[in-house]
Amino acid sequence: MISKTVKEKTVNLFFILPALSLFLVFSFYPLIRTFQLSFFEWDGIVPQMKFVGFAQYVHILTKNPVFWKSMLNAAYITILALTLQNGLALLLALLVNREIKGDNIFRTIFFLPPVLSGIVVGLIWKWIYDGNYGVLNHFLTVLGIQGFVNFAWLAEIKTSLTAVAVVHMWKGFGYGFIILLAGLQTIPRELYEAAKVDGADAWQQFKHITVPSMISVFTIVAILTILGSMQIFDLIYSMTRGGPAGHTHVPITKIYEYMANGEFGYATAMAVVFGLILLVVSVGQIEMSRRSRK
Amino acid sequence: MNDKVRQLIIDIITYSILIIIALSCIFPVFWMFSSSLKTQDEVFTKMNLLPEKWQFANYSLAWVKAKFGSYFLNSAIYTVTGVFGVVFLSSLAAYGFARLEMWGKNFFFYLLISTLLIPVPGVFVPLYLLLKNLGLLDTRTGLVLCYISGGLAFGIFLLRSFFEELPKEIEEAALIDGASKFGIYWRIALPLARPAIATLIIFNSLTIWNEFLLALVVLQDKAKMPIQRGLMVFQGTHITDYPLLMAGLTIATIPVLVIYLLMQKHIVKGIAAGALKG
Repeated sequence: MISKTVKEKTVNLFFILPALSLFLVFSFYPLIRTFQLSFFEWDGIVPQMKFVGFAQYVHILTKNPVFWKSMLNAAYITILALTLQNGLALLLALLVNREIKGDNIFRTIFFLPPVLSGIVVGLIWKWIYDGNYGVLNHFLTVLGIQGFVNFAWLAEIKTSLTAVAVVHMWKGFGYGFIILLAGLQTIPRELYEAAKVDGADAWQQFKHITVPSMISVFTIVAILTILGSMQIFDLIYSMTRGGPAGHTHVPITKIYEYMANGEFGYATAMAVVFGLILLVVSVGQIEMSRRSRK
Repeated sequence: MNDKVRQLIIDIITYSILIIIALSCIFPVFWMFSSSLKTQDEVFTKMNLLPEKWQFANYSLAWVKAKFGSYFLNSAIYTVTGVFGVVFLSSLAAYGFARLEMWGKNFFFYLLISTLLIPVPGVFVPLYLLLKNLGLLDTRTGLVLCYISGGLAFGIFLLRSFFEELPKEIEEAALIDGASKFGIYWRIALPLARPAIATLIIFNSLTIWNEFLLALVVLQDKAKMPIQRGLMVFQGTHITDYPLLMAGLTIATIPVLVIYLLMQKHIVKGIAAGALKG
C-alpha cells in the first residue's frame, strides 16, 4: 500500500513535468543566471568570465549618470501616468458608472489603445509628431496656435520625453479605467442611497463612500501603473530609440543597449539594481495602502 | 424645472468629456487606416481626413513587396503554436496541481507563481546567452519556447483554481468506470474548463501577436521575423513611405481588432476580475 502511494506520487509528477521543465529552463534559470552574471565582467564570447564582485554594482550606483538619468526619465513618465492618466481614468470611470446611455460604446473605445501593440502605437504617433508631415502641427496651425510649424516634438530635448509620456498615457488610461469601473460597480448602491437620505452631497458621498471602498483598487491600479510605466520599452524603441542625445532613455532601453554592445555582465547588474528598486517601490505601495486602511 | 436644467447641464458636460476622449482614442487609429489608402503625394501635400481616391493597391504592395505577408504569416505561426503550447502544458500541469498527489507539489506551485508577483526586468540578457548555448538563437523554436514558458505561470494559476472548483463526483464516477488519470483530464476536465481556456487563448494570442522585445533579442533573420519586427525593419529603410507603413500597421492591427471586438466582454471581464482578485 505504502509503495503504491510512493509510486503514485512519482507517476503523477509527469503531469507537471513538461510545464515545469520548460519553466525551469527558460524562465527560472535565466533569473538565477541574471544574479550570477552580474558579478562578472563578460562580453558573452571569450571563454573566461572575469569575476569582479560588486564592482559593477558600485559603478552603476556611483559612476554612471546615464543610469540615473534613465531612472529619472522612467520616474517622470511614471509620475505623469500615476497622476494624469489615473486621474483621467477615475474621472471617466465615475462618469460611465452613472448608468449613462451608450456606456458600452465608451468602454469599447477606451479599452482599444491598450490592446494595440506598442510598436504600432509608437509608429503611428511618431508620424503624428513629425515636424514636417505630422498632423499634430497641422492641427495646431488650424487652431491658430503659432510657433509650431516644423517643430519636431520627438527630436527636441525640451519636449521629447513628455511627448513619449503622452503616448504612454494615451495607450494606458483605458486599462486603469476598466479596473476602476469594475471596482466602482462592486460598491453597494444602498450606501449611496442612505447617504442621500442623510443629506450628503455628491462630493461628500465621493469622499466618505467611494474613496474608502476603493483604496485596495487604487493600490492595484497604482502598482500596475508603476510596473508598466517603469518598464516601458516598445514605445521608446519605436519612437525615439532613447534619443535625442539620450534624453528619452529608460532602464530597459539602457539594459538592452549594454547587451547589444556585448557588455553582458554590466547589463545584468543594471537589471538587478533596477529590479530591486521596482520591488521596493511596489512593496512600499502595498504597505502604504495597508496602513491607510487601518 | 431648476433640477431638470441642472441635470441637463451635468449630462452635457459628461457626454462632452466622454466624446472628446473617445475621439482622441479613435483618431490615431483612424488616421493610420485612412492614410494607408492615400497616395504618397497626398500624404505630403494635404491633411484631408479621407483619401481622395482609395488606393487599395497599397495593400497588395505592402503584402508582397514590403514583405508584410511573410511577416504576418510568421506572427500567425508563433501565435498559434505558442498559444497551443501554453494551453496544453499549463492545463496538464494545472490539473496535476489541483487534483493529484505528488512530491514537492506546493513547492513547485509557489515557485511558478512567485514569478508572477516579482518584477524581473532584463531577463532577456541571460535568455539570449541560454538560447545561444542551446543553438536556438535565431530559430523559430527558440522564440516559441520563450513565449510558451512566459505564459505558463499565469495559465497554471488560472486553470488550477478552475479545476479545483469542479465537483469531484464526475471524476470519481469516471475512475470507477476504469478511466485513466490522463483520460479523465483529457476527456472530462479539459472540456469542462472551456471558459477558462477561452480566456487563456485570448490573452496569450494578444500578448504573443503584439510581443516585440523577445523577437528583437532572439531573431536576426528577416525571413523568420514576426510582423512587429517587420514594421520596424520597414520603417528603418523606407522612413517616409507613410502610406505603405500605415498599410503594414493596419495589417498588424486587423487581427487584434477582430479578436478584441468579438471577445470584448470576455477581455474586459478577465482584466477586471484578474486585477481585483490579485
